[in-house]
Amino acid sequence: MPLIPVVLWTDALVFILIALVAGFAAHAARHEHLRDPWRRVLRSRVGVATLVVLVAFGLVGLLDTLHVRLKQDPPSATGEVRYSPEVLSLLDLALSGLRERQEKTYSAPFATHLFVKESMNQPDGRVLRDYPRLEHGGAHLEDPARQRAWDIAWRSLLGLVKGLIAWSLLTAGILWLMARRQGRALSEVRDAILAGRTPIPWRTALGTLGVLLALGFVAGELAFKYHILGTDKVGEDVFFQTLKSIRTGLLIGTLTTLVMLPAAVLLGIAAGYFRGWVDDVIQYLYTTLNSIPGVLLIAAAILMLQVYMSNHADAFASLVERADLRLLFLCLILGVTSWTGLCRLLRGEALKLREIDYVQAAQALGVGHFTVIARHILPNVMHIVLITLALDFSGLVLAEAVLSYVNIGVDPTMNSWGNMINSARLELAREPVVWWSLAAAFLFMFTLVLAANLFADVVRDAFDPRLRGGGR
Amino acid sequence: MTAYILRRMLYAIPILIGVNLITFALFFVVNSPDDMARMHLGEKRVTEEAILGWKREHGYDRPLLYNEEARGLASLTDTIFFEKSVKLFAFQFGPSDDGRDIGYDISQRMWPSLAIAIPVLLVGLAFNISYALFIVFFRATYVDIGSVVLLVAMMSISGLFYIIGGQFILSKLFHLAPISGYDQGLNAWKFLTLPVIVGVIGGIGSGTRWYRTLFLEEIAKDYVRTARAKGLSERLVLFRHVLGNALIPILTGVVVVLPLLFMGSLITESFFGIPGLGSYTIDAISNQDFAIVRSMVFLGAVLYILGLILTDISYTLVDPRVRLQ
Amino acid sequence: MTEPLLQVEGLTTLIGNGAQPVRVVDDLDLSLHSGETFALLGESGCGKSMTALTLMRLLPPSGRITAGSVRLGDTELLSLTEARMRRVRGGRLAMIFQEPQTSLNPVLTIGEQIAEAVRIHQGRSRDQVTARVVELLRAVGIPDPVQRVGEYPHQLSGGMKQRVMIAMALAGDPRLLIADEPTTALDVTIQAQVLRLLKDLQRETGMAVLLITHDLGVVAESADRLAVMYAGQIVETAAVADFFARPAHPYSRKLMESLPSAEKRAGRLAVIPGRVPPLDRVFQGCRFADRCQSVMDVCRDTEPLWWPVEGERGVRCHLWDPALGLAGESTKPLGEKPASAAPSPRIREDADSLLLRAQDLKVHFPIQRGLLRRVVGHVRAVDGVSLDLRAGRTLALVGESGCGKTTAGKGLLQLIAPTDGSVRYLGEELMGLSHRRMRPFRKDLQIIFQDPFASMNPRMLVGDVIGEGLQALRIEPRHAPRMRRVADLLELVGMDPEAADRYPHEFSGGQRQRLCIARALAVEPRIIVCDEPTSALDVSVQAQILNLLKDLQERLGLAYLFITHDISVVAYLAHEVAVMYLGRVVERGRVDEVLDDPRHPYTRALLSAVPVVDIDQRRRVIRLEGDMPSPSHPPAGCHFHPRCPDVIEVCRHAYPQETRLGETRQVHCHRVTGG
Repeated sequence: MPLIPVVLWTDALVFILIALVAGFAAHAARHEHLRDPWRRVLRSRVGVATLVVLVAFGLVGLLDTLHVRLKQDPPSATGEVRYSPEVLSLLDLALSGLRERQEKTYSAPFATHLFVKESMNQPDGRVLRDYPRLEHGGAHLEDPARQRAWDIAWRSLLGLVKGLIAWSLLTAGILWLMARRQGRALSEVRDAILAGRTPIPWRTALGTLGVLLALGFVAGELAFKYHILGTDKVGEDVFFQTLKSIRTGLLIGTLTTLVMLPAAVLLGIAAGYFRGWVDDVIQYLYTTLNSIPGVLLIAAAILMLQVYMSNHADAFASLVERADLRLLFLCLILGVTSWTGLCRLLRGEALKLREIDYVQAAQALGVGHFTVIARHILPNVMHIVLITLALDFSGLVLAEAVLSYVNIGVDPTMNSWGNMINSARLELAREPVVWWSLAAAFLFMFTLVLAANLFADVVRDAFDPRLRGGGR
Repeated sequence: MTAYILRRMLYAIPILIGVNLITFALFFVVNSPDDMARMHLGEKRVTEEAILGWKREHGYDRPLLYNEEARGLASLTDTIFFEKSVKLFAFQFGPSDDGRDIGYDISQRMWPSLAIAIPVLLVGLAFNISYALFIVFFRATYVDIGSVVLLVAMMSISGLFYIIGGQFILSKLFHLAPISGYDQGLNAWKFLTLPVIVGVIGGIGSGTRWYRTLFLEEIAKDYVRTARAKGLSERLVLFRHVLGNALIPILTGVVVVLPLLFMGSLITESFFGIPGLGSYTIDAISNQDFAIVRSMVFLGAVLYILGLILTDISYTLVDPRVRLQ
Repeated sequence: MTEPLLQVEGLTTLIGNGAQPVRVVDDLDLSLHSGETFALLGESGCGKSMTALTLMRLLPPSGRITAGSVRLGDTELLSLTEARMRRVRGGRLAMIFQEPQTSLNPVLTIGEQIAEAVRIHQGRSRDQVTARVVELLRAVGIPDPVQRVGEYPHQLSGGMKQRVMIAMALAGDPRLLIADEPTTALDVTIQAQVLRLLKDLQRETGMAVLLITHDLGVVAESADRLAVMYAGQIVETAAVADFFARPAHPYSRKLMESLPSAEKRAGRLAVIPGRVPPLDRVFQGCRFADRCQSVMDVCRDTEPLWWPVEGERGVRCHLWDPALGLAGESTKPLGEKPASAAPSPRIREDADSLLLRAQDLKVHFPIQRGLLRRVVGHVRAVDGVSLDLRAGRTLALVGESGCGKTTAGKGLLQLIAPTDGSVRYLGEELMGLSHRRMRPFRKDLQIIFQDPFASMNPRMLVGDVIGEGLQALRIEPRHAPRMRRVADLLELVGMDPEAADRYPHEFSGGQRQRLCIARALAVEPRIIVCDEPTSALDVSVQAQILNLLKDLQERLGLAYLFITHDISVVAYLAHEVAVMYLGRVVERGRVDEVLDDPRHPYTRALLSAVPVVDIDQRRRVIRLEGDMPSPSHPPAGCHFHPRCPDVIEVCRHAYPQETRLGETRQVHCHRVTGG
């Protein structure tokens, strides 16, 4: 084995999350009332389009979550196999070209020369101040000024073609599967999709997929010869950074809700169902937590963590682990500040549900409290939980950027959009402006959050019984 | 009414005690004053004397909860808990870690914060309500659909980009306003314009969308049908009936944040270099000034609870159905 | 005949877009004359409310009028611009709605809301507007109109709100008032007030009223002519007297036969099988064909035409096609009344048939106030109710909304903890039992609820819903045998056993109510509290449920506590009656005793206010002034004295003791003396 897998804390939680989602999906597939709202989501054009985008982001994030350590060459003198202390993700390995091709400092997107002048020793001994050629970006060109535009165009076209080929193969596969399942001719299925007559808007889904694949392949084709989004202060490829940031954003958006969910659901339902002193205690708890301004609570907690970490530096094996724990802690503390909203919602709903006829009927039948909660209350508040989770996600992704800006976000060594913005904004005063880090972070963040917002709207419309006309 | 307010104030006390205990636990139990001192003094190898000196200088050299050496009441009062936490109840914030009087700083810095927060709130409110009414008037047309897409897109942009974009376009490209800074008195307006504009624009997405939802909810109600059956024009229905009812949640939603306006906006203030409480907090966080952070946590909690009480009172004023008991 | 005031021809309205719009109103013809009350009668979903909204041009956004003409006087309403239509709306053509609770703007005073209508249509100066508002309030019988002008809707009772709605409608001096189920949300005594008011106003102003209702009794008492709607079409028009004497359409006949009443006690009620067809498709034949007893081949493939019958009558039915020569088949007068119903069997006072005895049951809810949330008072929802339930017998608990009858029912079952009193089941005290100690009794005491849509967990399969009690009480813990019993239960309530594998939302209201009965029956109870189980259902469906309940009682010897406000259901189903007013039972006795010879003034007023179909049975309505007081501040003395027409001095001071009249009868009234 040339590598061994490493499971960081957040990785483990992601795996748990995926297992939970898969379990829920399997459960939902067998229950019509659970499947029905999802079917509505899938039948909305906005729903499938955003879902494709989110899945694409999710795949990048997942690749970045599978961590390994590589075998070191050569093995130690004793013949024992040694592994590099560096923890890498599959994404790092896949993009090792991008990761390793560092320049000296800033360079603009598609640049062949550095952004700042340097003194260079000419072969004839003179010292020239000019923009030096990049070590990697466009290094294959002999005469960048003349060749670059053509080269870029050519490579884009190549990428586009490759993307379209990949897309065609995928589409053909899907079509074939659909045709086989429905027992219809391939051409019939194709015509139905083209005319938009399928219940699930496959035309939209495949269209979005096509755009994503084309963009992906074009970017991929170019990225191995150029820095398509430029390089940052220490010469790292910005495109690589922003891809790495996807995982951070996704984790903050999902793990936070995962850690706060049990508390919010349990306490919210308990408060509403049992009322009395249970309700008083839980209300007191969340009012107290809620009354502390969220940012300050996070700040206080992160400051404490920093103190702890700097005083116990030896407890962490590597920078990656340390950054990972800080991320986990950030999710935890964000969870603490954000569970109260859901808790209050659920309390209100449980208060209503405990008086509803079917709960009264269950009590008249002698059903115990905990069975009533598990069987009657919980399933009937799950739509609220889901809607809240979907709506919270984008807010959390945005919050990460702000927190990192205040230096109470993720570890400064970790790739995140917040850190990218934070380090780039200092350079805004430069003339000419170094804009690409900001633009890259903006582009990716905006795409993710917009897709998440639109998707959340679709989910809310599909799950909220009030919006479905009484659900009768 | 008075009895109600009084009762709400009494309810606030256990909550504030809770807040106080949480902050105390966070700041002094999880990490001891020794840790803080070591952190502040920076280097790995700090001498015990240096730590002791730092603690003495900042008043952290007392025991946490119970002072065995002191006598009588002093054994309880001459402690970190009493000095640093209990005194917050009397709004005695004490000195910051770099020796300035926190109470004085707060009283100075809240004015610039308000100078931004109030215009942002009022202008934003006026704009968002008008825009939402406009959308609702043209509901289920392309104006509506287009606007909703625009609003969702605006919601999806991080606040940081609004600030950066505003600074870049208005100040750097067109030189319409200074990028950052602040001036005393009336001269402050030119420094305030840009942050206010940015603040308003940043809030349009979520604000207008929320108000639109509120209006649409009201418009589906029975009394709107009654109003139409009376022969009222769509304009009157919207302004008199729908707006009248939707203003209740809007106003109470505003009232709850009113007290918190004092706290200022963290990001905006620090970007624009405005010496308000927001930037004060940010600076404290980046300087790891625990005394200030602690004070702001407590102040924020007090203001939040005040907001809740004001909300309840405002309900009785705007909603004829609610009578407090 | 004079020119009609309103002439509707070929009116068609669609709701919803896409491939399958719903034809809620289909080719509707109507004409109304000034001064008459025309009733549009139909069950839920037949399109009667949509017809009203179409006339007002107030359809929901997805609705559109696709054909027809509506002439009001000499104005064609459908071709008016929206601005001109607004002047008609609330002017010559006004409308009141079903829910007075939600139909008034909660944040404007009633004076402002009425003034708005006055200003638009009469454009007077401010003083004149105020004077006119007061005048209107006085016209609709609101006491102290000058003070009431500044009150908000929530300060008024439901009946008062409906009066305000009427005042608002009158502001523009309408020639036609559309009243969409104006009394459905109100109690019978209040309903009588409002109907009377409408009649009086009509006499004074000469306006026409289009009364939309599902209640045959209301039609019989207040309309001159009527049209019966079914599935978006009018199937019959007639003068009211003719209609009730001889309904022509098979659907109309069935509706009348399914009405419960004392005369029908001995037998089963007629039912209409099946349900109203969905309106999103094109109909081949008659829309009622699938549910019609007199169905012929022609009904299934030819749409029936409109056939005039004697005078102003008309029917949409093939039976009346002169070419088929069947007219008369169905015109025989409604079944000669069964020779006065068999006297209800005497109630045996055997001790062994007594199942449950509640004595002086009280349920008080504390009102907390002040600094320390001290309890400053109680809402006396149930304030000393005593009753007995016997095997095989039905006790009806009758009263208007807010009288505490539902709370009493739940208190009996300990679903709400009673404050005081005693509930003995087979001699064992149930009061104060813990959740666990109460469990053994749960099996015997069951409940059925009013709202068939809220009474089953939408996330559970019907089989699991019905089997829940078997599982919880460990009667049948294993799944397979439990499902076998569920299948038996489904058959018992007349449902297909296949239903066990489906979800509640797939069933109609009546079917769901059957499922709820099956759930209650699953644990083989001896007592079932039926909390208004039919009041959310249409008459024809109600008949099915009442029949079922009656059958089950005969077969299983169940005792019912039947909570209801519907006197006709009581007359049909109950053996004994207890009438509640403000938390207390004011009169109790055998059903024939109480209904035929009510002694308490409240019972008398209540019974007289019930609209009845049969003209011979009509009584003089005893008008009750005002509303039921709040149970948190019951009046001193007899609770009923502020509204009582026969009040005497002692009533103001002392609550009347029980007066026994015969073996089975008790009344609480100072004016009733024993002996």
